[in-house]
Amino acid sequence: MRFALVAGLVFGLAAASPALAANGDPLPLKTPPQGWSFEGPFGTFNRADLQHGFQVYKEVCSACHSLNRVAFHTLSESGGPGFTDAQMKAIAASYHVLAGPNDKGDTVDDKGNPLTRAGTPADTFPPPFPNEQAARTANGGALPPDLSLIVKARNGGPNYVYSILTGFHETLPKGFTVTPNKYFNPYFIGWNISMPPPLSDGQVTFVDGSPNKIADEAFAVVTFLSWASEPHLEDRHRIGVGVMIFLIVLSGLLYLSYRKVWKDEAH
Amino acid sequence: MSGPSTYVPQTGFTRWLDSRLPLVRFAHDTMLTFPTPRNLNFWYAFGAILTFCLGVQIVTGIVLAMHFDPSANVGAVPGSSLAFDSVESIMRDVNYGWLLRYVHANGASMFFLAVYIHMFRGLYYGSYKAPREVLWILGVIIYLLMVMTAFMGYVLPWGQMSFWAATVITNLFSSLDQITGGLKVGTHVATWLWGGFAVDDPTLNRFFSLHYLLPFIIAAVVGLHIWALHVPGNNNPLGIDVKGPQDTVPFHPYYTAKDAFYVGLFAILFAFLVFFAPDFVGNPDNYIPANPLVTPADIVPEWYLLPFYAMLRSIPQKLIGVLVLGGAIVTLAFIPWLDTSKVRSNRFRPLMKQFFWLFVVDCLVLGYCGSQGVDAAPGGVPLVWVARVGTAYYYGFFWVLMPLIGLIETPKPLPDSIAKSVLGAAQAPAE
Repeated sequence: MRFALVAGLVFGLAAASPALAANGDPLPLKTPPQGWSFEGPFGTFNRADLQHGFQVYKEVCSACHSLNRVAFHTLSESGGPGFTDAQMKAIAASYHVLAGPNDKGDTVDDKGNPLTRAGTPADTFPPPFPNEQAARTANGGALPPDLSLIVKARNGGPNYVYSILTGFHETLPKGFTVTPNKYFNPYFIGWNISMPPPLSDGQVTFVDGSPNKIADEAFAVVTFLSWASEPHLEDRHRIGVGVMIFLIVLSGLLYLSYRKVWKDEAH
Repeated sequence: MSGPSTYVPQTGFTRWLDSRLPLVRFAHDTMLTFPTPRNLNFWYAFGAILTFCLGVQIVTGIVLAMHFDPSANVGAVPGSSLAFDSVESIMRDVNYGWLLRYVHANGASMFFLAVYIHMFRGLYYGSYKAPREVLWILGVIIYLLMVMTAFMGYVLPWGQMSFWAATVITNLFSSLDQITGGLKVGTHVATWLWGGFAVDDPTLNRFFSLHYLLPFIIAAVVGLHIWALHVPGNNNPLGIDVKGPQDTVPFHPYYTAKDAFYVGLFAILFAFLVFFAPDFVGNPDNYIPANPLVTPADIVPEWYLLPFYAMLRSIPQKLIGVLVLGGAIVTLAFIPWLDTSKVRSNRFRPLMKQFFWLFVVDCLVLGYCGSQGVDAAPGGVPLVWVARVGTAYYYGFFWVLMPLIGLIETPKPLPDSIAKSVLGAAQAPAE
């Protein structure tokens, strides 16, 4: 249950020494709500944030994190980042994906590298590493998780991912030592995270010149990843509003017929 | 109570059919003219609501099964399984697949919400007492089948919580080893359930098969449940027998109209959950593909099983914990004979009524205990002890209080009849 973890998370940095979990690890801080445009029954994604977030993923996150379940064609579908079909095809074509065997039956070229081809709309984002072992070797033993479902797979959802991305700069509490080759992040379980701070001010230059402080970049990429986790969210909200109106009217009519049927019967 | 049939076939075809297979007569007598106490309140609508839930689960489930792949083997996505991938494909690629899956997943929660209200209603108004013991026991069987179906359904997406829930629950059987010595009966049972030496692909395959089978068995037992209802007829909030036609109204249109309204209200709550909070009752860990090498920090069942989970965890000895867990459900089958009171409805049982509400609170407290970490002690009170007291009250309520209170309690006077009770005030001036 989501409320299973909440108790006790409130206390953290405020105390001189960290609050401890049962196993002795410090408890992660509660992740503050950020006010997302896609929350609530009428929520929709902000198109600009989605496109900026895609750019952040492409230029920063994708160096280590895969996005295995997101197909290029969804980038131009309704409820998504709103790229045109032409833009989407250009994005797909800019990626190299693994090709099948060529007409000689080879799957690798003369140097032994896998054959690749340009991506098509039906392809998904190609992963940065060929397999888990390669990913771990390149990241000090840690496995960067796939981001396709990251927002739905963490307690706190978008607020958690945002807090992780922006949480590297909190003050280090007295008495807490960061493990070698790890980074301090009080929103992460145990406060030691293997991911180095991924974002910095001005790291990504948005094409429309939008502000690009760490907070802006994090906000945009979390919006993008929220869409990646739940690509039909806008459909769901829109249909949901219609269904609620229908059911309320229907129940009203059913109430009236119930009253009419029972009008002359005591009960 | 249903009395002689009043059906008169109107056409040549229905007359012909009536003397061969009186299907229309059966429907007419059971669904239209069936005499139903006129004083049934809101809490009696949950029978219809539960029928609605079962229908929704079967229809959405059949369509989901067309797109689901019950395989724990790795597919195109590294670190995942074909089962998990197919669920994500339903969420992303299948037209309105997200809608089907969210309705089905939240439908399970709504089903249990309704069944718990239905059970507490039966408990409060004494609907389990003679002559409705078989009706009640069939209900307990349906509930048990629902628990099994829901558990196996929860395993199917093959997320972290699916896998570890399957591991924890199937391992309960290995507690039998503690009393079978070198025979290791429990281990053999667990191996037989798994189809291997751990929860794996064969386990997922058989759980899918059974998850598809059991709802139809539930539907069959629901048929028996309704049959057993139609012999003695409905109980009612007064808990007194129907004395004659003045106490009843025909099921249609009176209760079809009333139930339809309440099903509508229920559907509003259902739809709100599906469209605006579809993951509210879920666990985020189940969006992580199953990994036998990584145990989640907290393995927590769905909310509707938390009270039983709290009982299990509060007992330090594994086998006794398992027996306490199973006994909590089996106990329900005995309450028609544990309750010694002649009065059905708690409206007329001032003492029992208080212990009933304490029992409702007890179930909620046990649910809370089950949702918290195993070492949780809010305000310095270790929840494991709260759960122990709660478990003691759960058993004490049925095995001690029910027999005892029936003997010592002085019930309030019962009304003469349903008609007098509901018409009393209205008819007085006319007489």
